[in-house]
Amino acid sequence: MSTPDSNNATHADIDADVVFHAHGITKIYPMGEVEVQALRGVDLDLHTGELIVLLGPSGSGKSTLLNILGGLDTPTAGCVLYRGRDLTRATERELTEYRRYHVGFVFQFYNLIPSLTARENVAVVTEIARKPMRPEEALELVGLGKRLDHFPAQLSGGEQQRVAIARAIAKNPEVLLCDEPTGALDSSTGIVVLEAIERINRELGTATAVITHNAGIALMADRVIHLGDGLITHVNINETRKAPHELTW
Amino acid sequence: MRALNHKLVRELWQLRGQALAIALVIGAGLAAVLMSISTLDSLQNTRAIYYRDYAFAEVFASLKRAPDSLRERIAAIPGVNQVNTRVWAPVTIEIAGFTDPISGLLVSAPRAGRADLNRLYLRAGRLMDPDRSDEIVIGDAFAEAHGFQPGDRLGVIIDGKRKQLRIVGIALSPEFIYQIGPGSIFPDFARFAVLWMAPDVLATAYDMDGAFNNVTLTLTHGANAADVIDELDTVLERYGGLSAYDREDQTSHRFLSEEFKQLEQMGRTFSVIFLGISAFLLNMVISRLINTQREEIATLKAFGYSNLAIGAHYAKLVVAIVLFGIVLGVIAGVWFGQGLSHIYMEYYRLPYLHYQLRPVIVLVATLVTASAALIGTLFALQRAVRLPPAQAMRPEPPPVYRATVVERLGVQRWLSQPSRMILRHIERRPLKAALSVIGIAFAGGIVISGTFFKDSIDFMVEAEFRLAQREDIAVTFTEATSYAALHELAALPGVTRVEPVRVVPVRLRHGHHVYRTSVQGLAPNADLHRSLDLNLQPLAFPPQGILLTEYLGTRLAIKPGDTLTIEVLDGSQPVREVPLVGLVQQYIGVGGYMDLDALNRLLREDRAVSGAFLAVDEADRETVYARLKTMPRIASVRVQENSIRNYYASIGDLLLTYTAFIAGLAGAITFGVVYNSARITLSERSRELASLRVLGFTRGEIAYILLGELALLTLAAIPLGFVVGRALSAHFVATIHQELFRVPLILEPDTYTLSAIVILISALVSGLIVRRRLDQLDLIAVLKTKE
Repeated sequence: MSTPDSNNATHADIDADVVFHAHGITKIYPMGEVEVQALRGVDLDLHTGELIVLLGPSGSGKSTLLNILGGLDTPTAGCVLYRGRDLTRATERELTEYRRYHVGFVFQFYNLIPSLTARENVAVVTEIARKPMRPEEALELVGLGKRLDHFPAQLSGGEQQRVAIARAIAKNPEVLLCDEPTGALDSSTGIVVLEAIERINRELGTATAVITHNAGIALMADRVIHLGDGLITHVNINETRKAPHELTW
Repeated sequence: MRALNHKLVRELWQLRGQALAIALVIGAGLAAVLMSISTLDSLQNTRAIYYRDYAFAEVFASLKRAPDSLRERIAAIPGVNQVNTRVWAPVTIEIAGFTDPISGLLVSAPRAGRADLNRLYLRAGRLMDPDRSDEIVIGDAFAEAHGFQPGDRLGVIIDGKRKQLRIVGIALSPEFIYQIGPGSIFPDFARFAVLWMAPDVLATAYDMDGAFNNVTLTLTHGANAADVIDELDTVLERYGGLSAYDREDQTSHRFLSEEFKQLEQMGRTFSVIFLGISAFLLNMVISRLINTQREEIATLKAFGYSNLAIGAHYAKLVVAIVLFGIVLGVIAGVWFGQGLSHIYMEYYRLPYLHYQLRPVIVLVATLVTASAALIGTLFALQRAVRLPPAQAMRPEPPPVYRATVVERLGVQRWLSQPSRMILRHIERRPLKAALSVIGIAFAGGIVISGTFFKDSIDFMVEAEFRLAQREDIAVTFTEATSYAALHELAALPGVTRVEPVRVVPVRLRHGHHVYRTSVQGLAPNADLHRSLDLNLQPLAFPPQGILLTEYLGTRLAIKPGDTLTIEVLDGSQPVREVPLVGLVQQYIGVGGYMDLDALNRLLREDRAVSGAFLAVDEADRETVYARLKTMPRIASVRVQENSIRNYYASIGDLLLTYTAFIAGLAGAITFGVVYNSARITLSERSRELASLRVLGFTRGEIAYILLGELALLTLAAIPLGFVVGRALSAHFVATIHQELFRVPLILEPDTYTLSAIVILISALVSGLIVRRRLDQLDLIAVLKTKE
């Protein structure tokens, strides 16, 4: 097993540019009488401005890892430090606050609010954020400046996903967590969506983690973390990131 | 199919909250129906059995005095089966420490050991020994009111002579199921008593040796009551006979029948409303519930289950819930029905209760309820199976929304995104929102229709006892007497005003409409006992002609200006024609009213009175009661204050108890509907709300979105519920417009408030339960699942 960073990192010597420092994360789900070990001691750091891809087949533990990073789930053992704050000891209220101010989520199925327009779907988040950008600005960033007042039903799948990205980044989050963002899209639409994610990462410097089982996407990342059976199997570092339009799958 | 059955059981368990709430709606609706119908059935059934087993007579007549030998002639009338001749005597009763006047009716006891008519049901003690002159049996209501036991003594004034009598038994009689004193229409168990004495003892005491003044008889099978009555009238004519009558005009039977009629009308109306409403709500709730199962249905279809198999599966789910509700409803209905019947038995002196629940009623109610549920299921399933499974299993295309009317009016900028979500969600599915509102409104409406009676009854009492009958005491003389009797009353210390009244029993006839009642002759300047016009203003008595209670006008199909035939049932029994000059607003009882002098002229009699209305100084009341007891000419004394109390204690109480049951059930339905609306909205929107939680919304913030919608719908439903409640109440008032009393439609703010409170509390409790569910939303599942 190779580890992406030093196993010996302590709270004190975490670099200032480390957004997440996860150490020895284990997650066990009790499933009736058997226990399913989703994660078996994962160590991972994510740095400011970095774009990583978590790659693995289904059941490899990548979603569990993302959920734990996003404050949606807590590990059975191990610790996750976000900017030095221990997420594993956070209360429900603190986790809500963490998601509210620091994390942007993009889901496979967009999870837009159908009763709100594109602009309002973004506003739903900016209204509760601390230093958000204007919803129009966020939508401009994902190339939807002209479709502000369209309802989800009036948008294509790719456009809906881009609204979801705009919604995720409009609060100016420190991290952007994307769970199979292209999973429900065809490849050409998927590329448009990935371009939006890449642009956010590049222009805003938001640390970004993208989950996928699609190896084709891996080339756009700074680092590709391969997961299998609850463990990090190996890590690839791309010297140069490929632009999404160069990707194929 | 075994797997499907497992799914059924598990889903029932998962849905237990909602299933319970639906069962509550069904159960409450059914309970209201069964309670109303079984109470009436039981009372009617009990009365019929009681009449049969205790040989209640079929024809009744009073007369002045006839020799016992006349009995044979009566028995010889064709069509007469059994004859019972007897004495009955109005008496006054004295109880130490109880100052209010007590009047009583002392009746010859049916002869023991023989198959006599109107037999007594002995509740305690024994029947009197015919050889002992001081033994009596008393009615159980009176005994209960004063706590009398066999062995106690009672002072009774018979024909002016005071006698000390010993109570040996406590009994009930089919003749006195509904017990009211002369001049009253409501029972007063403490101030009116029925007493029985051995026939010979009573004859001696009342100076009726070898004679009788009352006869009752039964008819042979197939005999015509009218023919027997005519013949009996002929036989009794020279003995001062008052017109004979059949059961329909026997006081107890008639009042009881009227009350049963009223109960039947109310029961029928409540049944239709409750069944209708619970069926409507059930249909709505079930079809929404099935809608939330859309994806599962698609999955089953994908596996190759036929539409029929899926339909059967969901039908089973619904039937299981419905059956549970029905079991709940039958248990509650029987329980409430028995409870209510026993409460009624406090007022109707029945010796026992034969509780009866006709299976056909349960069957019909079950069929109506189950059909409503299954039709709701069918429609929802039809929608669900129409979609090809692949499409139903793919993420549903987002539903189409648009900016709401409210927002387009320009208030958009004032609304936060969550508020917009609430408004748009309501406006996008206006039908669904409307159905929820209508459902809650109907539930609120039945709360009103179940509680408005209190306001109406208060209003009736106000009109009857404060505006119309304002006397403190009403006195009835033993027979019509001269005006001189009034001077004697006016001379009593404390009496401030005396007004004469002449009450004459009559049969009113207009065309083929006939009605037996009485006409009251009142002084033209009457100030105590007045009649009110339809606007509740005091009416001046016209010097000619008659006024009729508005109800009677309708019943006789007569209008002012028409001529009415009056057949007097007293004295020389003249038949006269008089013009109807106006209608009187009267909520309790019915009758005709004339100027006293005009009435006396009509009877071709001198100025005579049969009673008087008195105003008495508060401080002197007891003295006046005491003095009145000593006046032999006075048959009965009615204290107005007691009338009001009796009214509340009898009919008022019954009505309020009944409607309280109804209101409680309506409350249960309200809760069931509101809770289900909330739960279904939660299951429809949980994904959206979980997404917002992931995006960093707090629990409170997402609760606002869900509960805000519920609150908005609830608030819209409340005023609509007022409208529905008023309409339902008006319907009730129309259906129970009857002889005994007519209920005015009066809805005070407190009735509306109660309905609003019931809805609000239901909404609040439902909201809290849903809020707890919201706190347990699965945030991770939402990332991976589509709708």
